[in-house]
Amino acid sequence: MINARFFNRSELIGFLALAVLLFVILPLSLDIFRLNLVAKYLTYAFVGIGLVICWGYGGILSLGQGVFFGLGGYCMAMYLKLEASSVENTKIQSTPGIPDFMDWNQLTALPFFWKPFHSFPLTLVAILLVPGIFALIIGAAMFKRRVGGVYFAIITQAIAAILTILIIGQQGYTGGVNGITDLRTLHGWDIRTDHAKFILYFVEVVLLFACIIAAQFIRLTKLGRILVAMREQEDRVRFSGYSVANFKIFAFCAAAIFAAIGGAMFTLEVGFMSPSFVGIVPSIEMVIYTAVGGRMSIFGAVWGSLLVNFAKTSLSESFPQLWLFGLGALFIAVVLAFPNGLSGIWADYVQPRVDRLFGSRKSGWNDNSVADGAPAE
Amino acid sequence: MSDEANKGLNSPLRRKLLMGMAALPAITMLPRTSFAQAPATSVVNTTGLAVTDTEVTVGILHSVTGTMAISETGSVEAEKLAIEQINASGGVLGRKIKFIQEDGASDWPTFAEKAKKLLVNDKCAAVMGCWTSASRKAVLPVFEQYNGMLYYPTFYEGLEQSKNVIYTGQEATQQIIAGLDWVNKTKGAKTFYLLGSDYIWPRTSNKIARKHIEGHLQGAKVVGEEYFPLGHTQFNSVINKIKLTKPDVIYAIIVGGSNVAFYKQLKAAGIDLSKQTLLTISVTEDEIDGIGGENIAGAFACMKYFQSLDNPNNKAFVSAFKKMWGEKTVIGDVTQAAYLGPWLWKLTVEKAGSFDIDKVAAASPGVEFKGAPEGYVRIHENHHLWSKTRVGKAKADGQYELVYETADLVEPDPFPKGYQ
Repeated sequence: MINARFFNRSELIGFLALAVLLFVILPLSLDIFRLNLVAKYLTYAFVGIGLVICWGYGGILSLGQGVFFGLGGYCMAMYLKLEASSVENTKIQSTPGIPDFMDWNQLTALPFFWKPFHSFPLTLVAILLVPGIFALIIGAAMFKRRVGGVYFAIITQAIAAILTILIIGQQGYTGGVNGITDLRTLHGWDIRTDHAKFILYFVEVVLLFACIIAAQFIRLTKLGRILVAMREQEDRVRFSGYSVANFKIFAFCAAAIFAAIGGAMFTLEVGFMSPSFVGIVPSIEMVIYTAVGGRMSIFGAVWGSLLVNFAKTSLSESFPQLWLFGLGALFIAVVLAFPNGLSGIWADYVQPRVDRLFGSRKSGWNDNSVADGAPAE
Repeated sequence: MSDEANKGLNSPLRRKLLMGMAALPAITMLPRTSFAQAPATSVVNTTGLAVTDTEVTVGILHSVTGTMAISETGSVEAEKLAIEQINASGGVLGRKIKFIQEDGASDWPTFAEKAKKLLVNDKCAAVMGCWTSASRKAVLPVFEQYNGMLYYPTFYEGLEQSKNVIYTGQEATQQIIAGLDWVNKTKGAKTFYLLGSDYIWPRTSNKIARKHIEGHLQGAKVVGEEYFPLGHTQFNSVINKIKLTKPDVIYAIIVGGSNVAFYKQLKAAGIDLSKQTLLTISVTEDEIDGIGGENIAGAFACMKYFQSLDNPNNKAFVSAFKKMWGEKTVIGDVTQAAYLGPWLWKLTVEKAGSFDIDKVAAASPGVEFKGAPEGYVRIHENHHLWSKTRVGKAKADGQYELVYETADLVEPDPFPKGYQ
């Protein structure tokens, strides 16, 4: 699948470099604690890849990706919580066998929408379907009415706020502000051990590459070209007879599903889920990771998530009181100096040198071109 | 030893001889006592914590950025003060405390990440930290998995007990029951209106309050119960309801910035707190700083510590705190509880004779701290503190005036029977 037609040469280099980094270098050089942090950073890369498709290519800026990240994460967390709340583990409660926070909130029976999460296969389906269908509903409601641009961004943001308030308000059903905590096993397998973290890391990286390939596939097909066309001149695409709304809905749903996979992995890696990943602030942060990486580049999204989160961790470890200023300065610097993000730096500065080195002039990786390295049709 | 023996021995020579003999065991003891002060690292640290011959590392994990920073800063300051004082008095088992501070950034997953870092990377012998229940819930599995020790300062809802946590604040029943009894007895209060921010602590606390009012106070009843989202600032409709129902007591567990709006709107609506009894368990001196003393003067607060407590320990603590962090700082209940953390840990380590987490956890029950600003405290088998409950009346200058304190220490009961 990975051939010169699917990836142009510089993309292939990017793909292989990332694969070597994530599969070989990081697992060999980092201890398990740092590797687990990398795994946490990478969960945002899933969201970033979705944003590249939806925002970079489709021109649909969503400031509510945290909603889908959260829905995926909550689906996974509900399954894990039910497994952790066996009658045996919860015998001190007034109603054993239900999650602890329900007991604190005087619930005496498991709510109906929790019941499917007793089953692992159903959970996996729910992780993809719940956010997917939710995105479909929002997308259909908005795009069919031709709501777009900044209005759409504001509405997604409002949805993020609404969902947070809903989760916090219904704490008997959702765990409230505390979120769903104290998750232990996945299908009987203890996810808290170092060994499990190590395996989960590789599972996640494999999934990430699957998503990268899926995104690249979307980008290279006719669909991807229509998305770009839509972004540049929506009316022309519409007048050419395409249903713009349907393409937008598709891009939005794809981004939502990518985000949901990230969210589910997040729950597994970190061991809990809370409304603080659903709201406006995390949603905007996810857009920032993508912007730093370069919103036109799938690999850029991965690098952006990795580097920004790495900076976040290391700055806050070194300067607990001042780190937010440092991070803010970093964002301003990147946006001012490199509006195309890290991938822009690559394309503008590194790529030409690499090309010169290999004596090739053809495979320019110009992110702003519509052709975008795709094979001619 | 030799007071009585000396009486019968008049000869100076004999006395000298005897004194020499008396001193002999002391001399042979000498190396051993110094050994007891700074025992070998291999003895006191068998599990690979960050303990050297001269230093021991602890973590401080609070939010110094984000919305919780305003509340948690006091705790950080108190913990640093306690660590400095402990170091000045010789450290713990002869080792100076070095601290690593991490920022939880008011973000629960960040708390979990940093907790893991402090335990796995830095091998901290203890961590002083967390403030909100959500952050504690986020780090609890981390502390249990990696076997760390957390000293948690905030008054909270109870329903939790862990080998790996010492709760230096009050759990809900300690804070609530004595206050309700007091207001029932001295004010003859029969009707209560319960208010709270909408999350686990106010809800659980009001649940306990309601059970106590309905089940234990003669003829008393709850006439209303309402919750508001965190950060809510429009209290006019509930204030109108309060005016209509005229409860004997408004029982308010509103947290954070919402307090400012609530008390100002209460005042603006003409509810005079010198006539209307209001009892809160969520407003410390720190919050009054934001609310403004004139807006809350006359309200009663029920907790375990007020800055104005009149005892020598507290006077020394307040002046040391102000010397280190500035004249204008105020000290609330949680700040004092945070100050207890490092001291209780030091006392426990010295009782256990070891930094090992398991030994510290096992030695914790029964540890007493006589120098606490709030007065004598002791760790219960359930890792909470025995402490007194006090009621204070807010004054316009932002301080509380003590009006009642329980005669005895109140037993912590995180899983109260009949209150769930």
